[in-house]
Amino acid sequence: MLTSLYVPGHSWLHRAPVGGKVLGLLVATTLLLAWRDPAAPALGAVVVAAVHLGAGLGVRRLLAQVWALRWVVAVLAVLQWWAAGPREAVVVVGGLLVAILAAGVVTATTRIEAMMDAVVGALGPLRRVGVDPDRVALALGLTIRTVPALTGIAREVADARAARGMGRSPRALLVPLVVRAVRHADAVGDALVARGVDDGPGE
Amino acid sequence: MITFDGVGHRFGDRTVLRGIDLDLRERFVGVVGANGSGKSTLARCVNGLVRPTSGRVVVDGLDVGRQTARVRRRVGFVFPDPAAQIVMPTPAEDVAFSLRRAGLSRSQTTARVEETLERFGLAGHADHPAGLLSSGQRQLLALASILVTEPDVLVCDEPTTLLDLRHTRRVAALLHGLPQQVLMVTHDLELLGGLERVIVVDEGRVVADGDGPAGVATYRALMEADAC
Ligand SMILES: Nc1ncnc2c1ncn2[C@@H]1O[C@H](COP(=O)(O)OP(=O)(O)OP(=O)(O)O)[C@@H](O)[C@H]1O
Ligand SMILES: [Mg+2]
Repeated sequence: MLTSLYVPGHSWLHRAPVGGKVLGLLVATTLLLAWRDPAAPALGAVVVAAVHLGAGLGVRRLLAQVWALRWVVAVLAVLQWWAAGPREAVVVVGGLLVAILAAGVVTATTRIEAMMDAVVGALGPLRRVGVDPDRVALALGLTIRTVPALTGIAREVADARAARGMGRSPRALLVPLVVRAVRHADAVGDALVARGVDDGPGE
Repeated sequence: MITFDGVGHRFGDRTVLRGIDLDLRERFVGVVGANGSGKSTLARCVNGLVRPTSGRVVVDGLDVGRQTARVRRRVGFVFPDPAAQIVMPTPAEDVAFSLRRAGLSRSQTTARVEETLERFGLAGHADHPAGLLSSGQRQLLALASILVTEPDVLVCDEPTTLLDLRHTRRVAALLHGLPQQVLMVTHDLELLGGLERVIVVDEGRVVADGDGPAGVATYRALMEADAC
């Protein structure tokens, strides 16, 4: 199923202030990735699972999220193992997985609008030095929308590969995945331009 | 009103549109033609997504090439793939995104969003992940997000390609009920038949320009002549 989407609800985490959640996520993720030890992802996983369940998001959703990330995890794990060994693979890939799940918990309990408002508010003072908070907030919203879109594309490409009897060919997975992801990005870009996000020149 | 004045377009050394002169005043205009004939390129010229290499396009007196930002505020654009034009994770958020510059208060925005989703039959899906909507529902959402800004002109590039008959008719009825001028590219002959004006495009040129039945007849003849 799909990662990172708002799940309507009234748990303590849903009601917690947005700024606090985002800040907590930021601090936790930084600690997680800075503490370069296999204990970090292990502890992180326990905490994330506890918060996830505590916010009433359910076991099935948690498992589905992990399952949705299987391709990313598999590819990264192989690369890391090969480049830096098994320990590093656990630290890096485990850390990343926990960080994504943690972000998933925050986005599942926070409306994008609320999150964007919080980001715009927090970045407001930076407006004077040329940062456009609306842009940053839009980028954030888009990123969250893009995760399920890419997971969907990956699933379709994997199905198409299986249907053509090329079950193991990495090329039959990666080439169409990249091509379609780029095409999707193009289409989203056009839609944003058409919706007046960037009033600059078109093609 | 949409005017094409000697419009031509090339992608690299491939000429995709040539000598397009059109004066579109009817409330509902259809565009039909073979795959690759240049329909999407033509439609994209109306809001400046494509800048023609020659000639100019004018919408309600505004030159698309010069006053692009103003034109885009007046022209709503519906793409064939509804998945790509929904930029926010849920329907309520996507419609609210369109209203970000409308200068409404938080509660006014919420009210407008609710009323719009209601009108498009999506009230029950306000907070569902947009990715889980059916294609038909997604296209209705795309329309909702565009029409909530009340554009003066609506350009639709194959808005019903992915839809079943029921959703196709629903979208068509919706488009026909709009006060806006609509320019719709489609391969659906049922939608074209009843129109007052249909433009037939072939190899980058306008080869017929008349009422619905005439346009459909020309298009059929064209398709059957090419089939071998
Ligand atoms: N960005 C681009 N770069 C290069 N060539 C392009 C680009 N977009 C379209 N073309 C080419 O221009 C021609 C016309 O394309 P267009 O998309 O306008 O056709 P269409 O009539 O909309 O076709 P369809 O019915 O398949 O949607 C095609 O030959 C296409 O390959
Ligand atoms: Mg097209």
